[in-house]
Amino acid sequence: MAGLCESLPDFLCKFPAFSDVSIRAVRKSVDDGFKALVRSYVNAIDAMVQPLQWFLNYLERLFVSSPWPIILLIMLAIVYFGSRNIKITIGTALSMLAIGLLGLWNDTMVTLAMVTVCTLIAILVGIPIGILMARSDRVQGIVNPILDVMQTMPSFVYLIPVVMIFGIGKVPGLIAVVIYAVPPMIRLTNLGIRLVDKEVLEAADAFGSSGWQKLKNVQMPLALPTIMAGINQTIMMSLAMVVVASMVGVGGLGKNVLQAINNQFFTVGFLNGFALVAIAIIFDRTSQAYGKRLQKHSEVIHG
Amino acid sequence: MVSHAIEVRNLYKIFGPRGGDYVDAVKNGLGKAELNQKYGHVLGLRDINISMPAGGIMVVMGLSGSGKSTLIRHINRLIDPTAGEVLYDGVDVCKMSENDLREFRRHKTAMVFQKFALLPHRTVLENTVYGLEIQGVGQAEREKRATQWIARVGLSGFENHYPNQLSGGMQQRVGLARALTNDADILLMDEAYSALDPLIRVDMQTVLLDLQKELKKTVVFITHDLDEALRLGDKIAILRDGMVVQQGTGQEIVLNPADEYITAFVKEVNRGRVVNVETIMAPLSGNPEGMPIAKGTVLEMAARAMTSANQTLAHVVDENNRPVGAISLSAIISSMVTPTSHEAKAA
Ligand SMILES: Nc1ncnc2c1ncn2[C@@H]1O[C@H](COP(=O)(O)OP(=O)(O)OP(=O)(O)O)[C@@H](O)[C@H]1O
Ligand SMILES: [Mg+2]
Repeated sequence: MAGLCESLPDFLCKFPAFSDVSIRAVRKSVDDGFKALVRSYVNAIDAMVQPLQWFLNYLERLFVSSPWPIILLIMLAIVYFGSRNIKITIGTALSMLAIGLLGLWNDTMVTLAMVTVCTLIAILVGIPIGILMARSDRVQGIVNPILDVMQTMPSFVYLIPVVMIFGIGKVPGLIAVVIYAVPPMIRLTNLGIRLVDKEVLEAADAFGSSGWQKLKNVQMPLALPTIMAGINQTIMMSLAMVVVASMVGVGGLGKNVLQAINNQFFTVGFLNGFALVAIAIIFDRTSQAYGKRLQKHSEVIHG
Repeated sequence: MVSHAIEVRNLYKIFGPRGGDYVDAVKNGLGKAELNQKYGHVLGLRDINISMPAGGIMVVMGLSGSGKSTLIRHINRLIDPTAGEVLYDGVDVCKMSENDLREFRRHKTAMVFQKFALLPHRTVLENTVYGLEIQGVGQAEREKRATQWIARVGLSGFENHYPNQLSGGMQQRVGLARALTNDADILLMDEAYSALDPLIRVDMQTVLLDLQKELKKTVVFITHDLDEALRLGDKIAILRDGMVVQQGTGQEIVLNPADEYITAFVKEVNRGRVVNVETIMAPLSGNPEGMPIAKGTVLEMAARAMTSANQTLAHVVDENNRPVGAISLSAIISSMVTPTSHEAKAA
C-alpha cells in the first residue's frame, strides 16, 4: 500500500487542503470578529445574565448556610411526597448522611443548587420550544437538526464560545449545562404532545375548545408523563455536565473531581464521583416514581 | 328550545392535497376507484343531499368505509368540505368564521364518539362538565347540571371514577352524559353504540329513545346495524362509496329497497317489527270484520294480538277509531316471511 503512493500524483495521496496560511487567516478573522462582537455587547450580555447570577447565588447561599438537618428534612419530604415510596426515602437519608460524614456536604449543596437552577431553566426554555415544535412541522424541521448538533457536539467545544461570551464563572457554566441538558426536555415535550390520542383531540375540538384550552386541558396533561421523562433526563444530563462545567469555574463536587484528576487523588475522585451518583439516583428514582403516579389514570383503555 | 333541521346540499369531499381540482371530474362521473388509482385522491363523499328532520333522529347507515364518519364530521365541520353546503337554521356551517364555528360547536352541537374519546386524566364528573367548562359556566352550576345527567344515564356513584376504571358500556354512558350536559340542539353520534355488546346496546338505545321523547333534539346517529337504524331512525339514509343510495323511513326502505346493495342489507331484517298494518291492509269491502287494530301497529304485534284473541280477521282503525282497511292473519304472516327482492319488484 505504501508503495502505491509513490507512483501516484501527489494530490491523490495527500488530501489537497487549503494552505495553512489561508486557513489561519480565516480562523483569525472569525475569532477576532466574534471577540469584537462580544466586546461591543458586553454590557447588554452582563445585564442579561445578572438575574441568573443572583438567583444562583441566592439558592447556593440558602442551601449552604441553612442548618443541615433542615435541608435534609426538606429533601426527605420532597422525595417522600414525590415518590410515595419509603424505600427511596430511606435510601436518600442514608446516602445524604454518608455524604455529610465524608465532609462533602457543602460541595454537594453547591452542586444541588446548580443542578436545581439548571433544571428549572431547562424546563422554562424547553417546554415552550417543545410546544411550538409540536404545533408546526416547519418549526420541528428547523429545531431538530439544531438539537442534533447540541447533543452530538463534544461539550468541551461549546464551552469555548460560552467562555468567550460570558467569561469564566458560575453563569457561563450554568449556560453550558443548560445547552447540554435542554435537548431531551424539548424533544420529549414535542413527542408527548404529538402522541396525544387523535380521538380525544377531536372530542376537544368538537366541544369548541380554543387552541389554548386544548393545550391546557388535553395536550399538556396527557403529555405530562412524557414531559416528566424529559425532566428526568435533563436532571441526569445536568449532573453529568456539572463536572465538565467546573472547568470554567463552577464549584461543588465537580470541582473536586477536576482537582482529583489534576493531582491524581484517586480516593477523592471516587468519593466525589459517588456523591454525584447518589444525587443522580435520588433524583432519578423520585422523578420516575412521581411520573408513574401521574400516569396512573392517563392510559387510555378502550372497550 | 326549538330544534332546527339540518340541510346537507350537494356536498362533496375529496381527500388529498388537491381535492378541489377533481370536483368537476367527479361530478362528471369519475369513480372512486379511478380517482384513487389515477390521481391518488380518495373520494369521501359525492353529491350528498339530505334534509335531516328537526327534532328527529336521522340515521346514517352504510358499510365500513362508505363515508359515514366523514359525513357526520361535516355537520360540526371537524372536516372541511371540498364543495357544497351544510345549512343549520339558514346558516352555512361551512362558511362560518373560526370564531362563529367555535361558538356553534360550543352551543349548538354535542358529539358522542365510537371510541368514547373521554379525557383519561379526568374523572367522570370532570369529563361530563367539559363542554360547560370551556363555555365558561361557573363550577357550581356546571357540576350541578353534570350530576343530573350522570344520574340520568345511570352512573350515579361513579362521579369520581376515572374512565379506565369503567367498562365500555359505562364509558359510553359518560360520553352520552358529556354530550347531553352541553344542552345543545344537535346531537351527533358516530357509531356511538358499535363498541357495546348487544344487550347493553339495546339498553342504550332505550335510553336514547326515552331522552329523545322529552328533549326533541336533532339527532344524527350513525350505525352499520340495520336493526339499530330501524329502531331509532325517524329517517334513514344509506351510504355506499360516499353516495346516498336511498333515503326514507325504515318502512320505505325495507319494503322498497332501491337496489341489490340495500336488498342484501334488508334481507335479514325482522320485517314483522318494521312494517305497519296499514301498509299491507286491503281496502274495506263491506262491514269491518273481526277485531280492531290501531293504525301504526307493526305486523308482529298485530299477529300476536290476533292469535291470542283467536281471530283470523281484523280491521285497521285510525286515530278516531274509524275503520280504514281490512287485514287477515294469513296476509300478515305472508308479508312477514316474504323477503322483497329488488329483481322481483323490477320484473
Ligand atoms: N383523512 C383522510 N384522508 C384520506 N382518506 C380518508 C380520510 N378520512 C377518511 N378517508 C376515506 O374516506 C372513506 C370514508 O371513510 P369514513 O371514515 O367516513 O368511513 P366510515 O363509513 O365511517 O367507516 P367505518 O364504519 O369503518 O367507520 C374511506 O375510503 C376512507 O379511506
Ligand atoms: Mg366511521
